[in-house]
Amino acid sequence: MKNRTQVAWTFLAPMLILMAVVAGWPLLRSVWFSFTDTNINNIAEYSYVGFDNYFSGWGLFGPSILSREFWDTDWGISIKNTFQFSLVSVLLETLLGLAVAMLLNQEFKGRAWVRTAVLVPWAIPTIVSAKMWGWILHDQFGLINQLLLDAGLISSKIAFTADPAYALWTVVGVDVWKTVPFMALLILAALQTLPKDCYEAARVDGIHPLRVFWKVTLPLIRYPLLVAVVFRLLDALRVFDLIFVLTSNSSSTISMSGFVRRDMIDNGNLGTGSAAATSLTVIIFVTAVLFMKAARVRFNEESN
Amino acid sequence: MNQRPLWGSVLLYLCAALVVIVSVYPFLYTVTTSLKTGTALFSTSLLPTNPTLHNYVTLFQGKQPFGTQLGNSVMVATTTVVLSMLMAVTAAYALGRIAFKGKGLLLLAILAVSMFPQVAVLSGMFELMQALGLYNRTLGLVVPYTVFTLPFTVWMLTTFMRQLPKELEEAAIMDGCGPLRIIFQVFMPLLAPALVSTGLLAFIGAWNEFMFALTFVSDDFNRTVPVGISMISGATAYEIPWGSIMAASVIVTVPLVALVLVFQKKIVSGLTAGAIKG
Repeated sequence: MKNRTQVAWTFLAPMLILMAVVAGWPLLRSVWFSFTDTNINNIAEYSYVGFDNYFSGWGLFGPSILSREFWDTDWGISIKNTFQFSLVSVLLETLLGLAVAMLLNQEFKGRAWVRTAVLVPWAIPTIVSAKMWGWILHDQFGLINQLLLDAGLISSKIAFTADPAYALWTVVGVDVWKTVPFMALLILAALQTLPKDCYEAARVDGIHPLRVFWKVTLPLIRYPLLVAVVFRLLDALRVFDLIFVLTSNSSSTISMSGFVRRDMIDNGNLGTGSAAATSLTVIIFVTAVLFMKAARVRFNEESN
Repeated sequence: MNQRPLWGSVLLYLCAALVVIVSVYPFLYTVTTSLKTGTALFSTSLLPTNPTLHNYVTLFQGKQPFGTQLGNSVMVATTTVVLSMLMAVTAAYALGRIAFKGKGLLLLAILAVSMFPQVAVLSGMFELMQALGLYNRTLGLVVPYTVFTLPFTVWMLTTFMRQLPKELEEAAIMDGCGPLRIIFQVFMPLLAPALVSTGLLAFIGAWNEFMFALTFVSDDFNRTVPVGISMISGATAYEIPWGSIMAASVIVTVPLVALVLVFQKKIVSGLTAGAIKG
């Protein structure tokens, strides 16, 4: 079987080489840049500054992370924004996704149509949904403001995407709208693998549907549900394009990825930007590991 | 068999109607907005009183090369899919059908790459693109795109490969088929549905990508459509041409929505194979 092993590595080689050159190498270079004072206009010339980008007076973690000062810096704000955004939107997406999946799991006329309709938000590119909602939530001509005004719920129009009090929650709302379908479809697929006889037995015994949901359905779909949540959480923590377009990357909504890009490309500080990028990667990795430990999700070959 | 009380049915249909309206209405509104011009834009009614294609016409004659950008996007996304699928099919065969040491670790590493934030490699990639002379080249985007779609396509195809009958491969080996022939002549017909859904999802990923497209291309004529849309501007900074933006959004979205709806069964099964069982 030695021959087969050889075939395997030959087949994997193109992919592995490409990944090493185009993902591995840039990653190492990014980490290296985070220890330098590189400027984007002249990448070739830089000097090594050690951990200055991280821990010096002007570094990312200059002020202690326990101090108020740290959370008032743009970097601190971007961390806070990213986590607020991720936790709230993933929570809402999971709950609403579960609700929509339960709905689609019922038998009723026109179910296929509803399922098709649900796919629409998912199929719309993020940039388009950002622009689309930017218009629907427009502070002067937007549909939502008009509806709220007509219903007498507000007395003056709200600047959903510009007012710092609303902007981040507007971003959460649009993300929830776009991503609930994805969650719902994953959960629905899990629901449809459940054995019918459990439900039959529960029905014969006259157990309340809510209790059945809590005691039978949830435990049975726990694993696929958690995997979907982990994927979503990792995706949400690196959010960039939605915020960049919907709220123009304003300081009140800027995410960690947005901060990195602004520092690195717009301000040209490739060094400090790389330090922020590296910190972001570590933060995401630690969050993922902690979450999977807490939820006891394991990725191994047996689970395939 | 399942008797539902009347109020239950009413509630069910109300919920279903709500889900449909919330899902579809915003895009419908976008489509009809794109048919309005001038002051009609500021009316929030769904149906335009005087529908016109004016916004679409100006879009292709405006100061932004929207037509060129559309072509760029098609070219980049298609090339990415072709390259990524070619590499993924052979890699998935190795990972799905051959037992070798270090396979579990390799699968895990591939999964880890797919979870990496793009900004983690941004500065290194910037340097690499400049060094390779790919900076500000539309087709240069294919390089990072292929790498970032590969983990996902490999993962999905591996799941599908694993489900193919063992007997088929054994029979092919007995007949003296080499691995390449097994993949491309024996397995290919069976893998076709999987290839369609994986390829489509890879296409959507490349079509929608924003961060790299924004960073590695600086010339308007070389940009892809998502970046183009984000940069559509009016004569002055205060005049945002919402009509044109909506028209561009519709053009970019309609093909995707159509593809997704046509292949919805395959996509859903692909997504669940990739995510749930992963």
